[in-house]
Amino acid sequence: MFEFKDSQLANRIIEELKKMNLNIRLMHACGTHQDTLIKSGLNSVFKELGIEIRQGPGCPICVTPANEIEEAIVLAEHGLTLTVFGDAMRVTGFSKSLYDARAEGCDVRIVYSISDAVKIAEGNPDKKVVFLAIGFETTAPATASTLLHGVPENFYILSSHRYFPPALDVLLSLGEIRLDGLIQPGHVSVITGLSPYYHLLRKYNIPQVVAGFEPLDMLLAVYSLSKQIKAGTPKVENEYTRAVTEEGNILAKEYLSKVFEPYDVVWRGFPLVKSSGMRLKKEFKDKDARIVFADILAGVNVQDYEEPKGCRCNEILRGLVDSFDCPLFGNKCTPDHPVGPCMVSIEGNCNINYRYTGGRRIKV
Amino acid sequence: MCLAIPGRIVEIHGNIAKTDFGEGVTRNVDISLVQAREGDYVIVHAGFAIQVLDEKEAKKTIKLFKKLLNIPV
Ligand code: SF4
Repeated sequence: MFEFKDSQLANRIIEELKKMNLNIRLMHACGTHQDTLIKSGLNSVFKELGIEIRQGPGCPICVTPANEIEEAIVLAEHGLTLTVFGDAMRVTGFSKSLYDARAEGCDVRIVYSISDAVKIAEGNPDKKVVFLAIGFETTAPATASTLLHGVPENFYILSSHRYFPPALDVLLSLGEIRLDGLIQPGHVSVITGLSPYYHLLRKYNIPQVVAGFEPLDMLLAVYSLSKQIKAGTPKVENEYTRAVTEEGNILAKEYLSKVFEPYDVVWRGFPLVKSSGMRLKKEFKDKDARIVFADILAGVNVQDYEEPKGCRCNEILRGLVDSFDCPLFGNKCTPDHPVGPCMVSIEGNCNINYRYTGGRRIKV
Repeated sequence: MCLAIPGRIVEIHGNIAKTDFGEGVTRNVDISLVQAREGDYVIVHAGFAIQVLDEKEAKKTIKLFKKLLNIPV
C-alpha cells in the first residue's frame, strides 16, 4: 500500500497548532476517524492543544433505530433467512437481538457483503432470503449495483440505508452544542462529492474539511479547520483529494438514484430526519421486504420500545457527550455485554473507546 | 462494516477483482462501481471497491502543506 506519512510535516503542524492557542470543538462523523484518533493517541494530543473532537452520528448501525432491527428479527421469526453484517448481530430490537434469534433457532446468517447474501439465495432456492441493508452512501451503492445487475427471485432487501448529510443538517439545526467545525467523512464523501457540504456552509456558515483516515490526514484536516476558524472564513476544503473528487463517484450516484428514493425516517437519537431514508423505488417493489412481507411487519411499532436505562447512545450520536461520560461504560457495558448499539458496533464511539483503553474511565 | 480498507488489484475477471490487502490477505472484490485497472489501489467497502486511490494526489497533498508551512520539499 502506498503510504501517507511524513513525520516532519506532522510535527510541524502540532507546533503550529500550539502557537494558535486554540479552544475549539470539532466533530467528525465516522467510526474510522474515531479509530484513528484513539489508536494513534492523537485525541490526547489534540486535547492538550485545546481541540476537542466529538464523534457524531457517523455509525450506521448505531443510528439504525430499534424498530428497524426488530423488523429483521420478526422476519427471521417467521421462517425467512436473514442475512446481516456481523456488526449488527448484537444490536437489540425491542427485546432481543438477531444473535438471540439465531440462538432460538432462527435462520440468521452473517455476511461480509451483499454478494455473499445473494450467493446464499442462489444456493437455497427453496428459502426466502432477506438482506438487512444497513449503511450510508458508502454501502448503499453496492446494494443498488447488485439489484441492477439482477438477483434471484427469492432475494429481498430490507433497506435501512440512509443518506448521511441530512443528519448533519438536523444536528446543526438543533444547535444543542457549540461546534466550530466539521471533519467530514472521507468515504461517504468519496461517493457524494463535496456538494452536500456547500449546502451546510451556506446554511450554517460552518468550517468543513473532508479528511482521510491516516493520522496525518486528521492532523492536516484539523490544521485547515483551525486556520479557517481563526481567520473567520468558513469554507469547504478537501484534504482527501487522493480519493474524494468534487463531484464524487458519479457512477455510484447514478446507481443510487436509479434504485432508491428518499423518504423521511427516524434515526436513533434524532428526531425525524427529512429525506434521509433510502427506500427502494417502485420498479423494485417485488424486492422490497417491507412491501412483500408487509403483513408480517405490520405489528412492528416504533412506540413499543424503550431505550436501555442509563445508556447515553442518543446523546453520543448527537455529539453531546463522549462514551467516557456514560456511567455504564466499562463496567455494566462492555463489548461482550453491550447495553447500547454504540458499544455493539465496531464503529460505535463506546466500542472504539473501550477497545483502546480497556474500558478505563479516562477523559481523552 | 463501515471500515473501508485500501487494497491493490492483482487480477480482474469481469466485475470481480482479486485484491491484495497486504500481509498475505487477498479477497475477491466487486469493482462494478469503479473504473479500475490491475495494479490500482482501491478503497474497498463491504466487498465493493468504491474508489480508485490516486497516489499522485497523495504526494501533491503532502507537498502542498509542506509548502504552506515553509518546509523544504
Ligand atoms: S457505554 Fe454502553 S450504556 Fe453507555 S452509552 Fe455506550 S453503549 Fe450506551
